[in-house]
Amino acid sequence: MPLMPVKFNLQKRVKLAQGLWMLYWVSVMVGILIFSLGIFFKVELRKRSEMMDNNESHLVPNLLILTGLVTCAVNAFGGKVCHDSLDPMKFAKWKPMLKQYFTGCVAFSAALLVVALLCFLMQFSVYLTLAEGLKNGIRFYKDTDTPGRCFMKRTLDMTQIEFRCCGNNNFRDWFEVQWISNRYLDMSNDQVKDRVLSNVEGKFLMDSVPFSCCNPGSPRPCIQHHLTNNSAHYDYDLRTEELNIWTRGCREALFSYFSSMMSSIGALIIFTILLEGADMAGLKYLTTSLESMSDPENPECESEGWLLEKSVKETICEACAKAKALIRPNQVTEGEEPPAA
Amino acid sequence: MAVLPVKFTKTKRDKLAQVLWILNWISVITGAILFSLGLFLKVEINKRKELMAERDIQYVPNMLIAVGLIACAINFLGGKICYDCVDTTKFLRWKLIMLPYIVCTFFFTSCILVGALMCYSMRGELEESLDLGLSAALKFYKDTDTPGRCFLKRTVDLLQIEFHCCGNNGYKDWFQIQWISNRYLDMSSKEVVDRFRSNVEGKYLRDGVPFSCCNVNSPRPCIQSQISNNSAHFNYDHVTEQLNLWPRGCRQALLDHYTHIMQSIGLTVLVIWVFELSVLTGVRYLQTALENVLRQGDPESESDGWLLENSFMETARSNLNIIKNLGKCNQVDTANNGDPNINVPCTSKATYGPDNVPLQQPAVTS
Repeated sequence: MPLMPVKFNLQKRVKLAQGLWMLYWVSVMVGILIFSLGIFFKVELRKRSEMMDNNESHLVPNLLILTGLVTCAVNAFGGKVCHDSLDPMKFAKWKPMLKQYFTGCVAFSAALLVVALLCFLMQFSVYLTLAEGLKNGIRFYKDTDTPGRCFMKRTLDMTQIEFRCCGNNNFRDWFEVQWISNRYLDMSNDQVKDRVLSNVEGKFLMDSVPFSCCNPGSPRPCIQHHLTNNSAHYDYDLRTEELNIWTRGCREALFSYFSSMMSSIGALIIFTILLEGADMAGLKYLTTSLESMSDPENPECESEGWLLEKSVKETICEACAKAKALIRPNQVTEGEEPPAA
Repeated sequence: MAVLPVKFTKTKRDKLAQVLWILNWISVITGAILFSLGLFLKVEINKRKELMAERDIQYVPNMLIAVGLIACAINFLGGKICYDCVDTTKFLRWKLIMLPYIVCTFFFTSCILVGALMCYSMRGELEESLDLGLSAALKFYKDTDTPGRCFLKRTVDLLQIEFHCCGNNGYKDWFQIQWISNRYLDMSSKEVVDRFRSNVEGKYLRDGVPFSCCNVNSPRPCIQSQISNNSAHFNYDHVTEQLNLWPRGCRQALLDHYTHIMQSIGLTVLVIWVFELSVLTGVRYLQTALENVLRQGDPESESDGWLLENSFMETARSNLNIIKNLGKCNQVDTANNGDPNINVPCTSKATYGPDNVPLQQPAVTS
């Protein structure tokens, strides 16, 4: 009893072939989109790799690039088969490959599912890498004379300006590190010496933030120094002042940027899986209706198309039996003569 | 003596018509490109209109938008005409319109050229507008409580951050204006009062700049206040320190930005102008070739196509005469004492049919 049989006459077959050809080309476009999104994601990770301590995982963008290419290839092949399907001579070329093509498509859809899952799960790894990277970034902000870290200050300043954030969790992270290099501190000054001595690790700590934390939307000129000291500035209260510097932490800002990117890519992959399913169903109907034509010479005859030749249960049992036979070809079944030596 | 004549066979004429049909459709697309370039320029100018004083610079994008729309319409009509020109019978429909169409399109292409040249001429007005607009914006930087100017501070800060610039001509512009509002100055402090009094206009001036002037490439934390005072900071010399603040003035930065945009747009429009002119030349050849075919009577025969039937000087002379005579249609002829009713003898030869035999007067039968 075939699964979901549908009767086809010539007109219906032609319409199905044309519609399916267009659907395959839409799938090729989606494959190109996945490929370009993979490249875009890789470029973005590279751009911000300094914020991620240079050890971010490029697994997801590489998989996306590969997936995009394979999607294009698979769907271009399917489109070619559709295009040739109405010409019996050309279609005969493709007939023997169809079974492997369908198994390949099923395996590919399973792979797509894995990629979609990875898009959602790898966000945790991005979060952890960002936390570590930003902590180090803030620590190395002052080391503009150390090779390999010269541009950390510039990168962190530009990130804070672009993403409108300050510090790792919030602006108080800047109070815990020395972000002014000793080269610019007058060590003979008493105030400087007191501050350095008052700290256990001998660091010059201040309740100030760099200029890149300043919010341009503030109605008053930016207050960067003596932030916790209300009396140091006229008409200023740290608790009520919300517009002076950015209140969000850079980890949260960068993470929301990357996670929205990864979530939308994951949603696109799930859409691709559905599209592939529709493609496969359509192609199965088309090929079975062409194969089951009672009179191959007469293109006008009616035929039946189906999704599976037998019901779902029987198909699965057959597949299992075949798989078992592949794995254990030499096992002798009961009652049979053992093979001659 | 025709100007640049070319012989056309039937197949050549058909091919020319088909190619011109495709080229006209490409010209519709270039017309759409012109329209979108004008729209882009308009949006870019409006984005920063807070920083520009009132000057008449909107005419350039408006001209580009109008020219783009008209180009689309004209080339759409041209495509339709060329599509019909393959068939000689359909050409008859368009025969009378084609010459006026070609003349109109020729004058229209000069509008495209004017549009391209305007892009380059806008620079002077733009510079003046930016200069006045920026100095006003810097003056009103502190007025974040005045309606209509609340967001000027944010606009100027974002401008300086995005374009890597400081002040109008340089960072010293900030030393000459009060950019900290009185709301945030402690009027009871002696230092503040002294500073107010030391200035003729009673403004609170400092040698300090806003945070948005800070250069991100500087290896040391930004020095924003007491910039000209070397002793206020350790290991600092304001004469040699180049990376602390952005060195460029915002007027120069914005001018460079807009000049770059307008040069690219101007170049694109010039290329489109050359393209339109070549399409027009093709259409002219097609028109003259088809008219000559009709004159010869045989649709399959060869014909000549040209740009002008006679030499350039003769065509100009004959056109001037036509224009002169247009003006003379109401003028009275003074040869017969000003009386238009006097019978003027017929000077043209009467035609008496193919064998030129005058009519015999029929005999009067009584």
